[in-house]
Amino acid sequence: MLKSTPFHTRTAPLVRAQTWRRWAGHQVASAYEPHPDREYAAIRNAAALIDVSPLYKYRITGPDGVRLLDRMVTRNVQKCAVGQVLYTPWCDAHGKVIDDGTISRLDDTTFRLTSAEPDLRWLSMNAVGMDVSIEDVSERTAALALQGPLTRTILQQVSPADFAKLKYFRLVHTTIRDIPVTVSRTGYTGDLGYELWVDAGRAVPLWDAMIDAGTPYGLTPAGIWALDIARIEAGLIMLDVDYYSAHHALIADQKSSPLEINLAWTVSADKGPYNGRRPIRAEAARGSSWAFVGVDIDWTSLERAYAERHLPPQLPTIAWRGSAPLFRRGRQIGYATSGCWSPLLKKYLALAHVQSPHFAPGTSVEIELTVEHRRKRIDGAVTKLPFFDPERKRA
Amino acid sequence: MTNTRYDAIVIGGGHNGLVCAAYLARAGRKTLVLERRPLLGGAAVTEEIFPGFKFSVFSYVVSLLRPEIIRELELPRHGLQILPLESTVTPLDDGDYLAGWGDADETRRELSRHSPRDAEAAVLFGHLMHHMAMAVKPILGMVPPDPSSLAPSDLRSMLKLGRHMRGLGAEHFHALFKLMTMSSADYLDEWYEFDALKATKSASGIIGTFLGPRSPGSAYVLLHHYMGEIDGAFRAWGFQRGGTGAISETIASAARAQGAEIRTDAGVAKVLVRDGIVRGVALSNGDEILAPIVVSSLDPRRTFLDLVDRHELPDDLVSGVERYKFRGSSGKVNLALNGLPRFTCLERLGDEALTIRAARGAFSISPSMEYLERAYDDAKYGEFSRNPYMDIVIPSMIDPGMAPPGKHVMSVFVQYAPYQLNGGWTDQKREAFGDAVVNTIARYAPNIKSLIAGRQVLTPADIERITGLSEGNIFQGELALHQLFFLRPAAHWAKYRTPIGGYWQCGAGTHPGGGIMGASGRLAAIEIAGSGKQGAGSEGARG
Repeated sequence: MLKSTPFHTRTAPLVRAQTWRRWAGHQVASAYEPHPDREYAAIRNAAALIDVSPLYKYRITGPDGVRLLDRMVTRNVQKCAVGQVLYTPWCDAHGKVIDDGTISRLDDTTFRLTSAEPDLRWLSMNAVGMDVSIEDVSERTAALALQGPLTRTILQQVSPADFAKLKYFRLVHTTIRDIPVTVSRTGYTGDLGYELWVDAGRAVPLWDAMIDAGTPYGLTPAGIWALDIARIEAGLIMLDVDYYSAHHALIADQKSSPLEINLAWTVSADKGPYNGRRPIRAEAARGSSWAFVGVDIDWTSLERAYAERHLPPQLPTIAWRGSAPLFRRGRQIGYATSGCWSPLLKKYLALAHVQSPHFAPGTSVEIELTVEHRRKRIDGAVTKLPFFDPERKRA
Repeated sequence: MTNTRYDAIVIGGGHNGLVCAAYLARAGRKTLVLERRPLLGGAAVTEEIFPGFKFSVFSYVVSLLRPEIIRELELPRHGLQILPLESTVTPLDDGDYLAGWGDADETRRELSRHSPRDAEAAVLFGHLMHHMAMAVKPILGMVPPDPSSLAPSDLRSMLKLGRHMRGLGAEHFHALFKLMTMSSADYLDEWYEFDALKATKSASGIIGTFLGPRSPGSAYVLLHHYMGEIDGAFRAWGFQRGGTGAISETIASAARAQGAEIRTDAGVAKVLVRDGIVRGVALSNGDEILAPIVVSSLDPRRTFLDLVDRHELPDDLVSGVERYKFRGSSGKVNLALNGLPRFTCLERLGDEALTIRAARGAFSISPSMEYLERAYDDAKYGEFSRNPYMDIVIPSMIDPGMAPPGKHVMSVFVQYAPYQLNGGWTDQKREAFGDAVVNTIARYAPNIKSLIAGRQVLTPADIERITGLSEGNIFQGELALHQLFFLRPAAHWAKYRTPIGGYWQCGAGTHPGGGIMGASGRLAAIEIAGSGKQGAGSEGARG
């Protein structure tokens, strides 16, 4: 039996097509409506409310909190100010990524780490000899992502905090209609957006307050299908889809370094020792053999492949997660791990691992897709991530 | 007189003119767009008619915007964002409703409620229309060949078309022929039994024409809806964020990015012609701007009869354009609302979620075939329909930026409102027409009257006055078979050329016609670019 999230009594009646999906042992809505179109449109045009409670959350307190996290992750946690949020991966000793998530500095000595997988054991192993306490608050803390261009306007209706001043990747402790919440200026959509962190016991009133205040602004509950399209457009990776945890990989080839999955920007050059520093530095010096890139699948080529079968192009209505081989001049040079039709960009997009030296944007590749039961190689081009990067994302 | 020389001037900053300019600029031509109004878009404009309430004043949904234009001009980068408009609800006279939802199973279940037979027929009908749309689709992207010509390019195109048609197979070819010639009522009678379903489907066959659902030739227009479904992923049907004016702005931005210059408040009074060759244009303020290529995106009457002297043109073209039928038949009512209108047919079920869901789609006032035909009868004898057909959308439900929070804008497309009204259109007639519309809506949504904070009524005469569309025809001339493809706008002159060298035409009055499609602007620009700097003029047109 899957667990339900603290918002279940509100979300369950809205899931019209009973389309649920499993996420970290919980059941969450894939989509509330039979098709995710409107939910996706809300993310990009108005505001969407997404239950992200299944994220693992750890509360780390004590004088050595900074030391623990700084030793564990690739970003420089020493430089993390109170009220700041860092997105970061963390690696094993071989510099291969175990998981990725966010670190929020709630006060001087308190952090919250979010992750896709359970990491309590790894945290404890790293904390040996340190004056720090680690608490799994996953079930105690409910989380709602509020994403879309009108989210700031909506929050201003219900909370006394000054959201115009809340910068990208910062947080504020405040209230929403008298419910204590932490609001972070973060998200998984590449749009203007916030994440609301609340005590699980106050989850339902928070949902009601947001729906009440947001409905006149087009606030729409959205499920994972809509989120998945948005995160591909935003070029954001997903564990177990785009890469595997070094702790779960069965063979070396299944592991990736941060540099190989487009996370070089998260690797601090000037910080002290951390897990994987030596191999990551060595890789940076010699150049990576893999890169994680976008692929823009050529419409004309796709249309031609379908026209051979007297069909108009059939496009995925939701994002696919699988593996599609990539070729260049007849030789396999990589594989795509997720893809979707972007309703906004009007492009068929994929996220892919490619081998050196085929990293450069504009490099022409072919992606193997099944067209009416036949394997076809469709033209595409390597594209810099993110595909979609509006100014409002950082605003 | 300005000193700047341009390679090409496009008259009219509607979406087709802008598309044409973008492609001309893309082909390296120094291009200038001249728009008479202070804002761009022609019939695709967004205006804040009442404070805080924004309206797609005329054209209100994006229909069939060509995927190749979206791609080639990179419109998403310039602001294209089409939002889903998924359902249609038809309130019925017995208090029930008929809905078409975005989900196939939900739609089938809904249809079964009224006719289990129709629910199954709908699937087969959809398949046939898919094939019909596939058959016609290539024609949209093609410069019409002249079938009476023996020029190699015409013969090649005819041959290509012939091969394509033969590839359809006998069954589909016959179906296509029927579709081209029948009335939508007769065509739908072959498939369906439930009257309100037939009425709602046939409504899309009469939009923008002076035909009733029982008039032969109306079936063909049905096809345009299915064409949109083929390009469904491109969301060729939908609602542009910020209204249809935002589409125009998007295309204008793409055109500027290619180097085109755009001027508003710059009406063209005359096209300058010397010795059968275009020289440039004279603006209403007397300025003259010279260019070897001038493209008119205005309708054929303005392009041929207003902007140039008739003696520059052959008699048969002049009389052809004079006979070209505009016959505006529709009006538009834009309502600013203080709240959400409540349709009794949904309200009685007490399901708020259903009410909200339906309000995100369209409402079709087409309760029966007879209702539509009687609406047409009024127009046939020179009156506006006392009980008109209406296509109603509430854009603020889809795009909250269109109205203040909690308030709404309602766009009501109304047919029939004949341009040639008995006694002519007056302020009183306009208000009476507006009253007929509101009263009809109130029959189905009684709270509407108490919600109205502002009302804009546009008759075909108003549409003509504001946008310049002759007789207020939203398609720059009826989409009737005798005015399509190689006959649009006139025999021998369907290839965007004119008899005046360097003077070209595009716009909905040319192939492939109306809707926010952009196809004619693109095809015209491609023809111009392919014809050499002087323009081909009359060369090749007669074969």
